[in-house]
Amino acid sequence: MEAYKIQQHKYDAIVVGAGGAGLRATFGLAEKGLKAACITKVFPTRSHTVAAQGGIAAALGNMGEDDWRFHFYDTVKGGDWLGDQDAIEYMCKNAPEAVIELEHYGVPFSRTEDGHIYQRPFGGMTTHYGKGTAQRTCAAADRTGHAILHTLYQQALAHDAEFFVEYFAIDLIFDEEGVCRGVLALDLNEGTLHLFRGQSVVLATGGYGRAYFSATSAHTCTGDGGGMVLRAGLALQDLEFVQFHPTGIYGAGCLITEGVRGEGGYLTNAKGERFMERYAPSAKDLASRDVVSRAITIEIREGRGVGEHKDHAFLNLMHLGGEVIHERLPGIAESARIFAGVDVTKEPIPILPTVHYNMGGIPTNYHGEVVQKKGDDVDAVVPGLFAIGEAACVSVHGGNRLGSNSLLDLVVFGRAVAHRCAELIKPGMAHKDLPASALDKALARFDSLRHADGDTPTAKIRLDMQRTMQSDAAVFRTGETLKEGCDKIDAVYASFEHVRVSDRSMVWNSDLVETLELANLLDQAVGTMHSAEQRPESRGAHAREDFPDRNDAEWMKHTLVKVDEHGKASFDYRPVHSYTLTDEVSVVPPAKRVY
Amino acid sequence: MAEFSLPKNSKIQPGKHYPAKDAKKPRTFRIYRWSPDDGQNPRIDTYEVDLAACGPMVLDALLKIKNEIDPTLTLRRSCREGICGSCAMNIDGTNTLACICAIDKVAKGDVKIYPLPHMPVVKDLVPDLTHFYAQFASIKPWIRTQSAAPDRERLQSPEDRKKLDGLYECILCACCSTSCPSYWWNGDKYLGPAILLQAYRWIVDSRDEDTGARLDDLEDPFKLYRCHTIMNCARTCPKGLNPAKAIAEIKKLIVERRS
Repeated sequence: MEAYKIQQHKYDAIVVGAGGAGLRATFGLAEKGLKAACITKVFPTRSHTVAAQGGIAAALGNMGEDDWRFHFYDTVKGGDWLGDQDAIEYMCKNAPEAVIELEHYGVPFSRTEDGHIYQRPFGGMTTHYGKGTAQRTCAAADRTGHAILHTLYQQALAHDAEFFVEYFAIDLIFDEEGVCRGVLALDLNEGTLHLFRGQSVVLATGGYGRAYFSATSAHTCTGDGGGMVLRAGLALQDLEFVQFHPTGIYGAGCLITEGVRGEGGYLTNAKGERFMERYAPSAKDLASRDVVSRAITIEIREGRGVGEHKDHAFLNLMHLGGEVIHERLPGIAESARIFAGVDVTKEPIPILPTVHYNMGGIPTNYHGEVVQKKGDDVDAVVPGLFAIGEAACVSVHGGNRLGSNSLLDLVVFGRAVAHRCAELIKPGMAHKDLPASALDKALARFDSLRHADGDTPTAKIRLDMQRTMQSDAAVFRTGETLKEGCDKIDAVYASFEHVRVSDRSMVWNSDLVETLELANLLDQAVGTMHSAEQRPESRGAHAREDFPDRNDAEWMKHTLVKVDEHGKASFDYRPVHSYTLTDEVSVVPPAKRVY
Repeated sequence: MAEFSLPKNSKIQPGKHYPAKDAKKPRTFRIYRWSPDDGQNPRIDTYEVDLAACGPMVLDALLKIKNEIDPTLTLRRSCREGICGSCAMNIDGTNTLACICAIDKVAKGDVKIYPLPHMPVVKDLVPDLTHFYAQFASIKPWIRTQSAAPDRERLQSPEDRKKLDGLYECILCACCSTSCPSYWWNGDKYLGPAILLQAYRWIVDSRDEDTGARLDDLEDPFKLYRCHTIMNCARTCPKGLNPAKAIAEIKKLIVERRS
């Protein structure tokens, strides 16, 4: 193996990733007087938070009655009782403050006539515990993620936060006691290796949507944090819960916000029928995403799909009128024109349920501390390691995330993790020496991939993985297809042994980076398929045709999956937190989930 | 008369040719290549791509080349829907985002692809934007207030909020700045259209309370006044924004406060 020169950097805390959660954590840490560095593989404003459209949920009550307890109830129900209710309480209670804070940072929210933040209805968001429709989702037209991400980056600049831009995180570094001590990263521009030492390492690396063939996710959504955690021998949680957004643009897969339906848009099938009325008589098009995605899939399957191949559905917003569209939905009008050739004031948008969000991820408590099951302790903290945002599974989204709860999750837990780190570490604390061998494994792996000279290009293996996930871990699943999917994904995993990296340079070697990303994706693809196979019930986004009902007696628990270095998945479980943090709100007991 | 020519090591050489076999709908892409590692001059590689098996956008073709023909081709990309600003490059002479640039809208003939003009090249289509980002930070692009924040949101009328439209949508892709001859010439000191648009975004925000200082910082022969209304910025912006107008508004405000 080549002898790599490694530059060492010492900080109080290291944040990996510069999306909404990573940025909020980074300047939150700086605010607390801690020396923090944020390492990110893309310039911060390129992170995928930028693509969030519809808004951020908070019970501000600007557009009608609201209460964070209603939001709490909706989130528990939306997650099909797989969410941890203590964490959900924390998020929903802190939501109004978090959004006001964003406004104070300068986010250009749309406004009501009297100058307050504009709020729109969103799927699954109700008042009075399911009785009315809430207007809870705070919006900056349909570019809320962009508005928030840019503002958070500006705040990071205001706090003089330190960034290492276009650095790719390779592996986490632990000591013999299992304490996370830092992260090894590759500087793309210089082609050099760097060891970032931190008392805390915060993973804010996003989801792994690109494990699928068709996803709203960016090319860069490759679950790098989850991959690093699995390689460290730790478990990920609830990977079988993959959200399909009902309205990705047919063909291109680009997102069309649920805000379209929030503003009054609706879905139709080939007969021009508003079919959601049959599936969700009360909430109709604003049922939660898993429900709507299943409904569309059934319509198509039963021959009522639109288009030449009857393989998609229509999203109608013509009736909203040019003015509303121009003011509140300008971004999707542009996307529909570019990617579907559609003038939304005249024609419907062709749409199809598209992979959008990973409810599962790195298990944490509501402070953002990574937890594992250790013997009898089901909430054992991994010292030094934190996770936030889509990379994490707190779990506030349970089996299905409600739209506009994701942007909220980012800022609430980005902030929470900064608070927690400030409690745990003092500025300038000495770094414990690492054993000489601490980097050996990570370096050996990096070196072998750098020189990988098998016969299969990275892109070929990636495509095999994406097609397998798309066909066998889809909206609907059966034992049979999942079993077949497990065999297929295991074979794809095995083929990675023969991967070939063609680019041999060190500077901006994107062929190598895509290969490192593929390794991360593959681990989580295997974890997802096998997790889905072993859960014999239907809950949230995990819909088993052979087990159509939820089975609370046996399966109201979080799946923990480990994937070893040979791609073998193993399982354990953690109980769902069916308790709240305080007595300000009561636990929502499991009930039949109807919209 | 003075004669200008590129230094020897910058002269672009003809590169490799990758023909497409049995293509139903072939189209040729001529792409700038340069790697800092091999000591070679930049070159133009020619790739024939079968559009019958390719997505509609230039980015689709670039990724098809990278995935199926030549994995060493290097470019930035992320969201593929025109919101992250990663894949800004020069396509057929115009700066734009590869992900929203339809191949069939590119004029007939070969599709010529270069990195954003007049920036240092890191590798292939990846320009070094360090200076551009530093200029962004230099305008202190965050809300600056003196008065204490209220418990609730600061109020802003829909009319005041409307003033941010056409500004806050900027994705910092640098298409405009790198299309500006004045920025090519004086980019070390001239802030360029993107950064000035960002500056105006805060000047015009009714919630910001530091307009005076912001204008003071811009009132400079180089930072602001190198804009000569060439208007390439407005013509090239892939998001349809008009940085030149924002610059004109700043100039107007500076004139107004003098009188």
